[in-house]
Amino acid sequence: MLEQWNGFTEGIWSKEVNVRDFIQRNYTPYDGDASFLVGPTEATTTLWGQVRELMDEELKNGILDAETKVPSTLTSHDAGYLNKDLETIVGIQSDKPLKRNIMPNGGIRTVELALNSYGYNLDPATKEIFTKYHKTHNTAVFQAYTKEMRACRHSHIITGLPDAYGRGRIVGDYRRVALYGIDRLIEAKQVDKEQLDVSPMTEDVVRRREEVAEQIIALQDLKKMAAKYGFDISKPAKDVKEAIQWLYFGYLGAVKQQDGAAMSIGRNTTFLDIYAERDIKAGTYTEEQIQEFIDHFVMKLRMVRFLRIPEYNELFSGDPTWVSESIGGMGIDGRHMVTKTSYRVLHTLSNLGPSPEPNLTVLWSPRLPENFKKFCADTSIKTSSVQYENDDLMRLHYGDDYTVACCVSAMKVGKEMQFFGARANLAKTLLYAINGGKDEITGEQVGPKYQPITSEYLDYDEVMEKFNDMMSWLARVYVDTLNVIHFMHDKYHYESLEMALHDTNVERTFATGIAGFSVVVDSLSAIKYAKVKVIRDENGLATDYEIEGEYPAYGNNDDRVDSIAVDLVQNFMNKIRKHHTYRDSVPTTSILTITSNVVYGKKTGNTPDGRKAGEPLAPGANPMHGRDVKGAVASLASVAKLPFRDSLDGISNTFSIIPSALGKTEDERIANLCGLLDGYFIQDPHHVNVNVMQRETLLDAMDHPEKYPQLTIRVSGYAVRFIRLTREQQLDVISRTFHEHF
Amino acid sequence: MKGRIHSIETCGAVDGPGLRYIVFTQGCPLRCKYCHNPDTWKLSDGKEMATEELIADIVKYKSFMKSSNGGVTVSGGEPFMQPEFLKDLFMKCKQEGLHTTVDTSGYVDLNIADPILDYTDLALLDIKSYNKDVYQNLTGVSLDRTLKFAKHLEERGIPIWIRYVYVPNLTDNPEDIENLAKFLTTLNNVERIDILPFHKMGEYKWEQLGYDYTLTDTKEPTVDETNAVVAIFKKYNLPIIG
Repeated sequence: MLEQWNGFTEGIWSKEVNVRDFIQRNYTPYDGDASFLVGPTEATTTLWGQVRELMDEELKNGILDAETKVPSTLTSHDAGYLNKDLETIVGIQSDKPLKRNIMPNGGIRTVELALNSYGYNLDPATKEIFTKYHKTHNTAVFQAYTKEMRACRHSHIITGLPDAYGRGRIVGDYRRVALYGIDRLIEAKQVDKEQLDVSPMTEDVVRRREEVAEQIIALQDLKKMAAKYGFDISKPAKDVKEAIQWLYFGYLGAVKQQDGAAMSIGRNTTFLDIYAERDIKAGTYTEEQIQEFIDHFVMKLRMVRFLRIPEYNELFSGDPTWVSESIGGMGIDGRHMVTKTSYRVLHTLSNLGPSPEPNLTVLWSPRLPENFKKFCADTSIKTSSVQYENDDLMRLHYGDDYTVACCVSAMKVGKEMQFFGARANLAKTLLYAINGGKDEITGEQVGPKYQPITSEYLDYDEVMEKFNDMMSWLARVYVDTLNVIHFMHDKYHYESLEMALHDTNVERTFATGIAGFSVVVDSLSAIKYAKVKVIRDENGLATDYEIEGEYPAYGNNDDRVDSIAVDLVQNFMNKIRKHHTYRDSVPTTSILTITSNVVYGKKTGNTPDGRKAGEPLAPGANPMHGRDVKGAVASLASVAKLPFRDSLDGISNTFSIIPSALGKTEDERIANLCGLLDGYFIQDPHHVNVNVMQRETLLDAMDHPEKYPQLTIRVSGYAVRFIRLTREQQLDVISRTFHEHF
Repeated sequence: MKGRIHSIETCGAVDGPGLRYIVFTQGCPLRCKYCHNPDTWKLSDGKEMATEELIADIVKYKSFMKSSNGGVTVSGGEPFMQPEFLKDLFMKCKQEGLHTTVDTSGYVDLNIADPILDYTDLALLDIKSYNKDVYQNLTGVSLDRTLKFAKHLEERGIPIWIRYVYVPNLTDNPEDIENLAKFLTTLNNVERIDILPFHKMGEYKWEQLGYDYTLTDTKEPTVDETNAVVAIFKKYNLPIIG
């Protein structure tokens, strides 16, 4: 056995690349409480002070600094430091902290636009190279787009498509770098490439041979990148400090190479804990030192930055990077997977203060140890920085070594990747159904020219029939558009490092998404249970609706309307399933909007549920603001009914409650939040964001941002620094339902 | 069995232990000056609901109640204004194995209360003042029944959580509070005491209903003032929260 592996129990993992096997044979579940945790060291406080200053500076202009010439690769920039003497974990994306890199493979116009929006100019030579000599993903996609695809994009019935930015949502198994070292990983890839020496040389085989070759180059480059910092990562990490450093180098390489919308880091705490336990037993490091390594590591994750265009920032507000880290969960052998390092990582929210990144995600099961549940609840109440996902549900589909990519999307680490597909606006689709394919705002014929509805009052059966037809059309255009995007992304903006840290025979999912979910559900409920009168303009275009009577609204645990919600998910997913998906990927969908519910709302006319044109849609699968009137539990129960098996890419639900509504004393609040989470997750929902705060705090933060530099709020599968949201987004967050019964 | 309901809250965390399904009933014999739900006063308002319908809804939340050691709370209004309904609902809750709590002013005839108490696990009892004159002036009814009710609950072995709404210039007389504390030491079933600092969040409802709100100029108490009241109960080793 390798000396770096001394003390580890051998298994399949020591013969082949298999991190899960290593974890299962070696980890130590921790049932104790949080009392072993230690505060920040002096070095940590000093370093974090430095980062805070840089972030304050960054806030003034939106960015701190940007590269204008050299496209970012693993080896493009020299080593950079925050404070070389104090950092125990090193490595930043560029040569200076928070400096934003350019990645023109995605699109040179995007890079130029983004630089200009912050007052920087793109180097002419770089522009020339990526205009004249080197094609980009963005150019290629637009060459292949059909008229119909462009029209859908233009009318915003499909929005947020990764055709001008990196698709992201690919999580390399960065643990492999630490456990095996690069040389062993290259060897494995060479074996895989030999396996691909087959006949006939089909397009698929050629592409895969090329991809594996690129992956091997990326691994070699990763070694060079680490060498710039004085580390040789060709061999496995020998202790916990090296394990964190090696793992982080793997991730750092990914964020130097790709600016995907979501660059998640995976499921690392239980893995790292094995090294921590071994070192503590051997007396190599103390608890103080290990917490310091973790604090410094997490600090680095908080410093990941990408250069975005204004339109992107509007859609995904708050400068998110989705460095999602999945914590906890149960193993399939029945042991829970909570370790001391699960605590240590969550504890960074105390040592460094609240933060949206990394996007800390607890894989919840009622069977997790009570101490850990309480610790999570306490952390949520204090920081509003944690989200929860249903481990019992996801384990059925993904086993016990999956992670969350981006906001809520589960995937097996190193074995599965996804083709991210943003989302389709079903609220608008419903309006297209009523108007025979014409856009309700512009009057343009975007969808197919079906018969519009001409009656004065909407009839449920007629609306459903037409809505079904329109959804069928949308599903086809949507899937085809994504087919174009991902073909080109693979070709021009391939994630060679991230994919090098996957099995070569990777499973792929094809992730579509729904926006405007609750607006559609409530609209259909209004049409069914109340009377909805159509108001048409002089051209006969339906532009507004009047509701007579009352209708049951989604979010009150009322099956009359919740069943409409369930049907809608299943129906849409079945339409998606009918179409060919690129590289035989498995189609999925999500009900998740991030903050794009605001932008989508702006582009959507009046809807039959009574929502006015331009008003935000509800985020994710949330009930519409203020319509869930039976209290938080009823609201959660409605969302819990949505079938995960038909929405495997995730169902996001954001829950906000004021502290006093959770109980009178701290202990009561913790116990009640644990009870709420247990009670909720037993009902088979997928996800919940927990915010515990006063609405007044947010209002005050709008007026006095300087008082709230770290105020963090969960929005829809991710968290943001509240003061980094646009004013519109801030108002939307404030107008969402806060459960405040007391 | 039908009753008149003001509203339902599925996530109550402060009206009894754990997470609670709360049924707010219509009708109240009191007219408290600080009432934040004056829209529950009239028995004829609200909507009619059958206990069968309610229990069918309540059981949907069993997982939340079980995981938090919660249950069902009937609040108001004054739940005892609809005794048959209350009894039937609590009976159905007990059949489902659910913890039951009634939130009451205690202004109820013992003969009427008794059949309901057979199915009651906990009472949240508002003693709005221990000074008879103040009580009468504040609520429009007499204090005697409430005190008798508290004693009766003790005899029946039903635990109570006392609630005391602390209103500056109205229920802030230290002597009265001290007397209340002394009274509570004579009971063996007081599990907990909560001080509820006065707030004006219900004031808009008074305006909407066209009632005359007399506490517009009353200030919400400071934390220090509230703590001083808490201290009085602490002095008597009572289970006060805060």
